[in-house]
Amino acid sequence: MTAFLIIAVLVLVAIAIWQMTKIFELSQIKADNSQIANDKDNKYNGYLLFAFLIFIYGITIFSFWKYTKVLLPEAASEHGAEYDSLMLWSFVIIFIVQTLTQALLHYFGFKYRGEKGKKALFYADNDRLEFIWTIIPVIVLAGLILWGLYTWTTIMDINDDDDPVVVELYAQQFNWTARYAGGDNVLGDANVRMIDIDRANVLGLDEADPNAADDIIVKELHLPVGRKVNFKMRSQDVLHSAYMPHFRAQMNCVPGMITEFSYTPIYTTEEMRQNPDVVDKVKRTNAIRAKRAAKGEDNSDPWEFDYILLCNKICGKSHYNMQMKIIVESEEDYNKWLAEQQTFGKTMMASAE
Amino acid sequence: MSATAHAHEDDHAHDDHGHHHKETFVTKYIFSQDHKMIAKQYLITGLIMGAIGIAMSILFRMQLAWPGESFPVFEALLGKWAPGGVMDADIYLALVTIHGTIMVFFVLTAGLSGTFSNLLIPLQIGARDMASGFLNMVSYWLFFLSALIMICSLFIEAGPAAAGWTVYPPLSALPMAQPGSGMGMTLWLVSMAIFIASSLLGSLNYIVTVINLRTKGMSMTRLPLTIWAFFVTAVIGVISFPVLLSAALLLIMDRSFGTSFFLSDIFIQGEVLHYQGGSPVLYEHLFWFLGHPEVYIVLLPALGITSEVMSTNARKPIFGYRAMIASIIAIAFLSTIVWGHHMFISGMNPFLGSVFTFTTLLIAIPSAVKAFNYITTLWKGNLQLNPAMLFSIGLVSTFISGGLTGIILGDSTLDINVHDTYFVIAHFHLVMGISALYGLFAGVYHWFPKMFQGRMMNKNLGYIHFWITAICAYGVFFPMHFVGMAGVPRRYYQNTAFPMFDELTDVQILITMFAIIAAFAQLVFVYNFVSSIFYGKKGPQNPWKSNTLEWTTPIEHVHGNWPGEIPEVHRWAYDYSKTREDGEYVIPGQDFVPQTVPLQDNEEEMNH
Repeated sequence: MTAFLIIAVLVLVAIAIWQMTKIFELSQIKADNSQIANDKDNKYNGYLLFAFLIFIYGITIFSFWKYTKVLLPEAASEHGAEYDSLMLWSFVIIFIVQTLTQALLHYFGFKYRGEKGKKALFYADNDRLEFIWTIIPVIVLAGLILWGLYTWTTIMDINDDDDPVVVELYAQQFNWTARYAGGDNVLGDANVRMIDIDRANVLGLDEADPNAADDIIVKELHLPVGRKVNFKMRSQDVLHSAYMPHFRAQMNCVPGMITEFSYTPIYTTEEMRQNPDVVDKVKRTNAIRAKRAAKGEDNSDPWEFDYILLCNKICGKSHYNMQMKIIVESEEDYNKWLAEQQTFGKTMMASAE
Repeated sequence: MSATAHAHEDDHAHDDHGHHHKETFVTKYIFSQDHKMIAKQYLITGLIMGAIGIAMSILFRMQLAWPGESFPVFEALLGKWAPGGVMDADIYLALVTIHGTIMVFFVLTAGLSGTFSNLLIPLQIGARDMASGFLNMVSYWLFFLSALIMICSLFIEAGPAAAGWTVYPPLSALPMAQPGSGMGMTLWLVSMAIFIASSLLGSLNYIVTVINLRTKGMSMTRLPLTIWAFFVTAVIGVISFPVLLSAALLLIMDRSFGTSFFLSDIFIQGEVLHYQGGSPVLYEHLFWFLGHPEVYIVLLPALGITSEVMSTNARKPIFGYRAMIASIIAIAFLSTIVWGHHMFISGMNPFLGSVFTFTTLLIAIPSAVKAFNYITTLWKGNLQLNPAMLFSIGLVSTFISGGLTGIILGDSTLDINVHDTYFVIAHFHLVMGISALYGLFAGVYHWFPKMFQGRMMNKNLGYIHFWITAICAYGVFFPMHFVGMAGVPRRYYQNTAFPMFDELTDVQILITMFAIIAAFAQLVFVYNFVSSIFYGKKGPQNPWKSNTLEWTTPIEHVHGNWPGEIPEVHRWAYDYSKTREDGEYVIPGQDFVPQTVPLQDNEEEMNH
């Protein structure tokens, strides 16, 4: 099938080139055969520039019409709404500028296409014009900068107010581990030099640190809805990046240092599954997967929406499959789940026996 | 023979050129010290590297569109890395890494700036040659050597470097982290170190030449904008490339001598490594201190070429000459203090992120000025839509489309969720990749007659080349923004591990289709280029009716560029369609006034 597609494309391209050469040749039977553009070239290419403007608008409209639905759903974190509106306004500005400048550029290319004997206007300078198009970007950008910086400072202000849940995200080739701070809400000290695989101390916790005993190490990230989560990121081998697109959150995990990010989830997984955009997306995706199942291909089990943590910094061979499920649930469910997990202290005792 | 010596001799001994030493094949075509030949060497080496880089991109695009499919072409080209024709994940990463390295450094730095700086600096400022022909030759051959080493690294048993073109440690430092970080990475680093040496020799030469060897009357404010762009590019190259060299050297030491500049607290494959106290973030700072100016090292020459080509073909002066110079300088200055916008979420202090957001968005201002000036240059022109002109207009178009999304990526807040996704890929390919390539093509079509003894490239093939490329470039990179905004990370071998990306497969196929067509369109260019070298129709001495000095040299290349005295310059380079008070052109019947023509009676030299 693919081989056929490729061949088809090649053939079409070949035909297109052949036809275009022919058109160009036909258009120039009587013209001089120098390789400098003549009036006919200017005319055809001027029209093509205009057509190209329509193409640019066309592909923009096509992409929006066809692909808006694939974009991420509504933000599931508290700062996400602010993020999304800043993004929206930036895009509004971008599209106004894009539409106008492309129109001017290509329209001028079409309108002022060369003709023999036509006189161009000697127009080298205009201080006022240049002032205008310096000052407008200055004002617009100043607005965006201020808004952006305000939001950035808010997002990056990571503090212990409002009783946050403290979670460590631990990255290694090619999987994630999460560590909860436990009852004292303080993470025990850790360093890769204390890793002891035989005794299941996989994150290198300091067994002598009393804060470590109640830490809980898990492979699935559970978060209580409506409560701030302070993430502490660590990596044991190479750079990774903890990317949680639904929460508009990302931070690199750097060996040798602890990085931080913080957000408050506002929708539980269940609530997000009811979001109309998500419902549609799941439907479309499962239609694709059903088709695969009918053909007996892999990757065809029906899908249920879940928040996800992805690795977003190249980290080696299986970078493309380094993920962890995130479950946002009510505070009760979260507490219940947490109580079922084994603490680090118990794991150590079990391995000592 | 050095150009300075010539300059001293000119007054009394200009008849000396051309016969002072017999040229053999080796001194003429291989170890040539003539800037015109060196320019051609750079161009052809760059184009060959470009073909390799583009071919690689097609291979990994096919893998992205049809993940895990078996293709005979994979097996043929990748051999053991595509068992049964299915691409291996390690070689996928190697392909994206080498594609990036080749395109950024070997094609768009050396191939673009190397070619046209060498060709145009002496010709447009009125010099016999570069300040040092010998250094110039050494610069090319170091470039050639580094390209050769890079190509050799493709054939290493464990595969070439595969840590991304930015080669962040620890991934690039630890052979146990991925196979490409063994011998492949060593060769990558050696190749880059040599490349940097080559680039520095070239840049220093360009700077000295522009400052010292301008002909009589060629003041800095009469220089064509091409020369301003090459000059400023060379300056930022000299400022930033040494920092990359230091990063590469420290990385070599971490890799081979057990130092800990970039490494700390690492546990890999069941053991703790001894590294302690280094930081990968330090490497990121050093890398991007070059890495960001590098974007402008790539782009400024393309913008310079566009200024010249656009003005000539619009038969109008470039609008806002001084503003253009000011923008070039402002962009160059700002480019050295914005590198942190690649590192907003690297773990760097968020306050630094704020500072870099501020400087980054500032750089949009001179860029906007340039874009508006180009558009105004077209206004009320008499546009000669030669292929070079179309590529220049195309450049402005992609520069705007790609540049605008920079407003999003340069904003630390918005960067959080699109950082390292396909949104970034779409942004920088349009704004620096495609734009710079268009600049390169514009330059080749425009100055081909100057490079190849008056032969011209076929314009119809040029038109076909441009239109297919222009459509496909948007076809590839416009939809790609959406892929990024759906959250798809870059450098994923396949997106099948995430059901949320299932419905994006269609977009990937569309993008790959456009990419394949675009790649084949480049074959039209290759054919046109090669056949025109041998069979191209000879055009007039000044085919585009241009004002600049290079068109006053004879069609047949001579050593020393001008057979007689070096011409004197009397005006700036942009007196197109300048009229007298009575409405007639300054030179009646001719809409351009070459720089060598003295001011006419009653003619005012405008203080641009």
